[in-house]
Amino acid sequence: MFLSETYRKIAADGIWHNNIVFGQNLALCPLLAVTGTATNGLGMGLATLVVIVASNGLISVARHLIPNEIRIPIFVLLIAALVTLVDILMNAWAHELYKVLGLFIALIVTNCALLGRAEAFASKQPVREALWDGLMMGLGFLIVLVALGAAREITASGTLFANASVLLGESFKFLEVTVIPNYKGFLLMALPPGGFIMTAFLIVGKRLIDQKIEQIKQRKASVTVLAPVIAEEES
Amino acid sequence: MKLDPATIECLKAKIAVYREFLKNWLEPANLAQLRPKLEFQTGVLAGFALIASVLLGVTNCSTEGTIQRRLDEDLKKSLAEVVPAALYDNDMLQDTMTVASAEYNIGTDETTVYIAKKAGRVSAVCFKFTAPDGYSGAINMIMGIDRDGNILGVRVLSHKETPGLGDKIEVAKSDWILNFAGRSLDNLAPAKWAVKKDGGEFDQFAGATITPRKSVQAIYRGLQLFKAHQSQLINLEN
Repeated sequence: MFLSETYRKIAADGIWHNNIVFGQNLALCPLLAVTGTATNGLGMGLATLVVIVASNGLISVARHLIPNEIRIPIFVLLIAALVTLVDILMNAWAHELYKVLGLFIALIVTNCALLGRAEAFASKQPVREALWDGLMMGLGFLIVLVALGAAREITASGTLFANASVLLGESFKFLEVTVIPNYKGFLLMALPPGGFIMTAFLIVGKRLIDQKIEQIKQRKASVTVLAPVIAEEES
Repeated sequence: MKLDPATIECLKAKIAVYREFLKNWLEPANLAQLRPKLEFQTGVLAGFALIASVLLGVTNCSTEGTIQRRLDEDLKKSLAEVVPAALYDNDMLQDTMTVASAEYNIGTDETTVYIAKKAGRVSAVCFKFTAPDGYSGAINMIMGIDRDGNILGVRVLSHKETPGLGDKIEVAKSDWILNFAGRSLDNLAPAKWAVKKDGGEFDQFAGATITPRKSVQAIYRGLQLFKAHQSQLINLEN
């Protein structure tokens, strides 16, 4: 395995066990606001990923400088400055993308998960671990955003990744699929309540998978405990 | 300016001293001692604030021009959608006139009118306006009108109406907005500038009446604004 134990644990935490949405139940505001379509989810996820990696890195670099008493104002200051920077740079150099995502970029500031990672991880860990944690947490968030966006888009309008070419460029036109042709549409799923309902379904799904894994583990454990006994009895 | 070797050596030594000092100062053990001190905390907060503001200031200044160019391109694209290219040969962004529009309730007190000219003669005008009272906020639109007062085209630039219901005002979602082309205050009576439910000419949407109603009313007010300034606008010379 090319990753050490620590890194693997951070990755598993970020993507699955301690996932920003499923594990920590954070960042629901941007989550529900943008996941009307898979494309929007993807865009928001990428933007958040960039900011969370950068903020984790910066805060980890400066962690010895930051006194405990004033850490929160400094974190907020750094995150807000980063988000504004991304906002300005995107407006100038990725204007088409900005027109699609512009509204959501500023929303990253309200993403308490960034502050959460700064507080719980980056301010206590070396730079490389902090960057890795940001990457994995961001990735976990991205996956949830895309999954939720896809689920809502399919149920709401029967399409998947509509307008992906606007976000990613013409070469990604193949992503745009009509899953259910001649679909009448199910408006509720496109609106915020639909986001809540779908999030609930996804969380239930995650819990079920966790339960299954736990059961399999227990069965394996009991098998390994019993195996020598059975072997002895048979002999 | 040329420095003699002795000065350079001297400077190098000084820099080395500063670097040594900075390195020692940045040692975690030293910082751990400093951190509880109030003046250190004040300094750190001020330092971070300074770095953040300088960074943002520099970025803002260096991208301002680019962003403005991008916005101009956007505006040009919108203008081209509501005024056919055959009607003008000037740069509409440069040929503007500002008219007072407070009494027309179209979002702003002053409206910038972009003038389309063909061979120096005003052929059409174009301006942005707003229906401030949409179902969930302002609906921003742009409209092109020819010199006789006929609508060339209307487009919605941005809105917050309900997806799937009110967003049929977008040309990407339905043809509704195209029905306005060719209409004018002369060929449609004032009472007909309304949705069908209110006895007017234009369709409402199933499940969304307010959005099209307010859009029609705003377009009507926009036309009135044009009429009030028509003679002044179409007689503009180069």
